[in-house]
Amino acid sequence: MTLPFFSPSDDPGPSFVDLLRRIHGEPKPFTVDPQFSVTHGTTITALRYADGVVMAGDRRATAGSSIAHRAMEKVHPADRWSGVAIAGAAGFALDMVKLFQLQLEHYEKVEGSVLSLEGKANQLAAMVRQNLPMAMQGLVVIPLFAGYDLRRRQGRIFTYDATGGRYEETDFHADGSGGRDARTAIKLQWTPEMDRASAIELAVQGLYEAADEDSATGGPDAVRGIYPTVATITATGYEPVPEAEVAESFAALIERKSVRGVRR
Amino acid sequence: MSMPFYVAPEQLMKDKADYARKGIARGRALVATLYTDGILLAAENPSRTLHKVSEIYDRIAFAGVGKFNEFDSLRVAGVRHADTKGYSYSREDVDARSLANAYAQLIGQVFTHDMKPMEVEILVAEVGGSTSDGAEDQLYHILYDGTVFDETRFTVLGGEAEAITSRMEAAFQPAMSLADALKAATGALAGPERTLAPADLEVAVLDRRQERRAFRRIPDDELTALLA
Repeated sequence: MTLPFFSPSDDPGPSFVDLLRRIHGEPKPFTVDPQFSVTHGTTITALRYADGVVMAGDRRATAGSSIAHRAMEKVHPADRWSGVAIAGAAGFALDMVKLFQLQLEHYEKVEGSVLSLEGKANQLAAMVRQNLPMAMQGLVVIPLFAGYDLRRRQGRIFTYDATGGRYEETDFHADGSGGRDARTAIKLQWTPEMDRASAIELAVQGLYEAADEDSATGGPDAVRGIYPTVATITATGYEPVPEAEVAESFAALIERKSVRGVRR
Repeated sequence: MSMPFYVAPEQLMKDKADYARKGIARGRALVATLYTDGILLAAENPSRTLHKVSEIYDRIAFAGVGKFNEFDSLRVAGVRHADTKGYSYSREDVDARSLANAYAQLIGQVFTHDMKPMEVEILVAEVGGSTSDGAEDQLYHILYDGTVFDETRFTVLGGEAEAITSRMEAAFQPAMSLADALKAATGALAGPERTLAPADLEVAVLDRRQERRAFRRIPDDELTALLA
């Protein structure tokens, strides 16, 4: 591989996506047979709490009506102070995450400074828009972006639509096939300035309720020991919540639900 | 039609080399040395923002002396090379050796074909994995004409390199602590007549113990503590 060296007028700047385009050319759009069943990721959620943001996602991926994967990771660190969760066509979504992580790191290395949280959110919007030709064919990718804003000293959540529309949520959000159910469950109990433990518990409960109503969302799997991916993002950065802690949170939830034979 | 003057190739190359060497000698020097947990990169640099030492990839750092715009464009090209390679293959497939070769190719090409050679000396350093013992650490020192040296203990770039190398030769110990390595490097950079304050230095490490991104800049307050 030779060194990518550009003349000043042709320089792609700190954008990795532009660099790839300069080297490999514009990607060609292609069409997909609608009968073709593609792996889809399902429910993701993020909610603000006192120290920052909690992000969580179930582990199931579906292809049509069958389960494609039981242990897919949908919540990923985007960089040190932000995370991205994905729902939708898994192949495109995972590639988008990889490209987004690189885009942020590439900017940081080339420019010598970290993008603002708003800048990161806008970069992701541009990537979702890039995927629009695929989204029109049903291969929608919906990310959820959250991070700790070091300038404002608070956690922030950004949601997207298939056209690359970017919206900031003040409190919480959930997306994907079970997003609506998760949102309702979280809405009923969310309060501002929750502590870490109750925020994790609420995120986990949101996913549990989504799995209860939506066949594409995976619930806790105690047999295989598969639990949702949960992570916190605070002033100290992105930190995955240990699986044991998530399992405990589920155990407490089930305990609460089964008290006095209440079956709901 | 006027005939161009004939210049012997030996003379041409010598003139270019002298020109590049003069440009490099004007700048301040940089020392890179192995220490027990990785690689230390220490440069004399009064600027807070125009860096001589930077991150290229997870385990790879870059250092340059000479003309800032030239080594900085080399640095950016290195980041691009590493990031595109890691994207199309895997993060594990990005290595300092191939990057050093690519740099040598480019700098050698410019030296022989362009009017003006690059007035730079650069270093590509790679630290081994978090479980390795330092045997995999690599230092590639690349000169203005594309010559590559593979160093095993330490290397000096920039003006007065010979004097600094002999001082570093005396101070170097295998498996030094970070503080000892820093003292050795700053002592060698400063020489017997002067001392360097943290504000005159730019210091970074490739810390082997880090899981992924091993590059870390050492801020002034930590430098003060280490040099005490």
